[in-house]
Amino acid sequence: MSRRTLRPPPLMVFLGSIGLAIFVVPFAGLLARVPWSDLLTLLADDFVTDALRLSLVTSLAATLIAVIVGIPLAWIMARLEFPGRSLVRGLVTLPLVLPPVVGGAALLFALGRRGLVGEPLNQATGLLLPFSTWGVVVANTFVAMPFLVITVEGALRNLDQRFEGAAASLGAGRWTVLRRVTLPMIGPSLVAGLVLTWARAFGEFGATITFAGNLQGRTQTMPLAVFVALESDRDTAVALSLVMVIVSLAVLVGLRERWWKAL
Amino acid sequence: MESALGRGLEAGFGLRRGDSFRIDLRLSIPAGTTVALLGPNGAGKSTAVSAIAGLLPIDSGSISLAGITLDEPAAGVLVPPEARRIGVVFQDFLLFPHMTVIDNVAFGLRSRGVSRAEAMDRARAWLERLDLTGFERRKPPQLSGGQAQRVALARALVIDPDLLLLDEPLAALDVTTRVGLRRALARHLDDFPGPRLVITHDPTEAFLLADEVHIVEDGAVTQSGSPDEIRLRPRTAYAADLAGSNLLFGEATRGQVVVGSHLIHLAERDVDGEVLLTIRPSAISVHRIEPEGSQRNTWQTSIAVMERLGERTRIGTGAPLPLTVELTSEATNDLDLEVGKTVWLAIKATEIGVEAGSVETRSE
Amino acid sequence: MRTARLIVTTCVLGMVIACSGSSVNGELLVSAAASLTDAFGEVESAFEEENRDVDVVLNLGSSTALREQILEGAPADVFASANTSNMDQVVEAGEAAGEPEIFVTNRLQIAVPAGNPGGVSGLEDFAREELLIGLCGENVPCGDFGRQALENAGVTPSLDTNEPDVRALLTKIENDELDAGIVYVTDVLSSPPGEVEGIDIPTEVNVVAEYPIAVLASAPNPDAAAAWIEFVLSEGGQAILTSYGFTSP
Repeated sequence: MSRRTLRPPPLMVFLGSIGLAIFVVPFAGLLARVPWSDLLTLLADDFVTDALRLSLVTSLAATLIAVIVGIPLAWIMARLEFPGRSLVRGLVTLPLVLPPVVGGAALLFALGRRGLVGEPLNQATGLLLPFSTWGVVVANTFVAMPFLVITVEGALRNLDQRFEGAAASLGAGRWTVLRRVTLPMIGPSLVAGLVLTWARAFGEFGATITFAGNLQGRTQTMPLAVFVALESDRDTAVALSLVMVIVSLAVLVGLRERWWKAL
Repeated sequence: MESALGRGLEAGFGLRRGDSFRIDLRLSIPAGTTVALLGPNGAGKSTAVSAIAGLLPIDSGSISLAGITLDEPAAGVLVPPEARRIGVVFQDFLLFPHMTVIDNVAFGLRSRGVSRAEAMDRARAWLERLDLTGFERRKPPQLSGGQAQRVALARALVIDPDLLLLDEPLAALDVTTRVGLRRALARHLDDFPGPRLVITHDPTEAFLLADEVHIVEDGAVTQSGSPDEIRLRPRTAYAADLAGSNLLFGEATRGQVVVGSHLIHLAERDVDGEVLLTIRPSAISVHRIEPEGSQRNTWQTSIAVMERLGERTRIGTGAPLPLTVELTSEATNDLDLEVGKTVWLAIKATEIGVEAGSVETRSE
Repeated sequence: MRTARLIVTTCVLGMVIACSGSSVNGELLVSAAASLTDAFGEVESAFEEENRDVDVVLNLGSSTALREQILEGAPADVFASANTSNMDQVVEAGEAAGEPEIFVTNRLQIAVPAGNPGGVSGLEDFAREELLIGLCGENVPCGDFGRQALENAGVTPSLDTNEPDVRALLTKIENDELDAGIVYVTDVLSSPPGEVEGIDIPTEVNVVAEYPIAVLASAPNPDAAAAWIEFVLSEGGQAILTSYGFTSP
């Protein structure tokens, strides 16, 4: 075989390298600013640990809610015929396309103190979502759940339903079919969807600051903390950013090849 | 004390799919009998399977099994598939790819609440019965076609069903494996005490596996009867062309096959071992006196049965080799044929279909 | 020969135009504190009336955010800050051309939604846990001053959120999402009528915010920048600013 066929086309390599640089250079810039000697002290500060704790708790809570209501929604969208199905699909996809701040504003109009649902809810139960940690969870769920729903819906559509028929013929009730056949068979897609959902929730900023506010220990997640720290304490901002990059990178790299295919 | 009929399948139903397609079937399968639904693709056989298995509701009529009504729209009865005690072997087997062989087989039991230990034991026993010991931990993608079919069979049988339903059980296999497994399948069917329903488009399969064959064309049964009856009196062109062949088992040595007390010469010298010969009734010629020529397959026999079917006549011959022969009614008149008369038969070696009917292999 | 004459004529003409005082031109980028949003909006219109060839672009945000932008090298001609500390940092970094001048002062005021649903009467109410209280972030001028005022009054606030700038805080109060917050007097005045009520803070505990303005060292359009500052400091400019609630220095 001539060596010509083995060498990749130069134009591809050139353009591809530029593409890679777009991703690599900003992170290189970040790394260059890291105050390595003070890093551990900075990371031990309340400001950082509070933000990290909040980010982890709220992003995981949002992912859990997405699982509990998102999978059934995906199932309905994939399996049932009903009028307005495309509209529903459009609505579910909307948060993916909307600027997060718009999402936050919408949440405020719906669930704020004078909100469509928020006002009666507040007057009846005294419950108020803005400026609370649950508000952060709601904001995160709003922007991240579409990832799970769309991924799972796609996987369910592509699933050969005859397997579910076979399971039923063997005596499995609907819940058993779901638990032992349907969900395991869409496993890779489910995992990919979960990871994307969590990652999106973890990085959410606009909807959070607009809807839930910004208070250390209660609503100041890591992205908000970085935003605030950028103006007052550059070193802390860099340290926080580094933590976010490492956590996100670890999760995405840990998501192995076979699950990438499901994305 | 239940009659054998009471423990079988009683079905008479109609089902409409979409705008144009409709099936109407009547089936009665007593325990211990195998019925085949034979027909071309698109005739409605798979729809019938889905209806009986409970995956599709019927529009009219009823289906009952072992005396229990499964589906009767008029009475508002519809038993869901998971509550019907039917063991189904699907055309593509549909083994759950993410589960091991033993988990697949145990699935039905576990779904019905059987404890894990007991389910595993019973699954293991069935795998052993089907020569699959050692395959427990394998995953379906790692199995050969024949192995997968047997796992699917074990999975259906382990739940102790009231009806065994096989949808094109051999269609997914390559030709050699299919022939090899057909005998084994016949044996497993015979071992099953309840009623058995086999869906197939392969006439040989239907005739070899079933006690009674229902020919389905365009959503309706065009003929029902034992294989011999159909062969003798085919009612439609499909039945005549495809379902009416003579099937003979014999032992071949260098192209010469011993069938009973008779010797048949094949066109191929290179055939040895157990074979299944198929001879179309219209491929056999009838003569009043011994035919001249190079044909080596000629013998004298007598007419045992004669059936006039319009322009065609089918004759059943007697010893030494009972065969069904088809002639035009005109030829029948010209030859002045009658029951009891002696005739000479001739078959060209090239008209004889040969299948190497191997002894069922123990390992694949 | 003719070409040379053409070039010389063009250069002379260009110099004349460039040197003539009131005919500044080009784009003028003004980075101004969020509390100057409405006031500077009117100043912009007036300035552009007088200087037809200038296109003023206002870059509004918290003084702290703007300071960061300038230190990172973002292009701007003028910086108008809501406190002196942010301007000092810009000067220290050598980014200011010349001495900053104080052009207005501002004072703090409590803002509550129309109707005062929380029943707020003074800074002491900021300690009430059942109310939703907001301040600007402590690293932005309005947040820093607000905290100073509360400290002066001996009140520990039961805080629910730190908003990134005074406009964001005001918007939340206008929409009844918060019960009270500390903003500038000018903000309450600039709010649409009927949306927000202002409650005065006693002079002894209130904080006076001095607003410095300066031309930036790397200003792309220093002439226009100087003209802008001149206008802001002029009678006309001051009249506009005081009409919005600011005080002349």
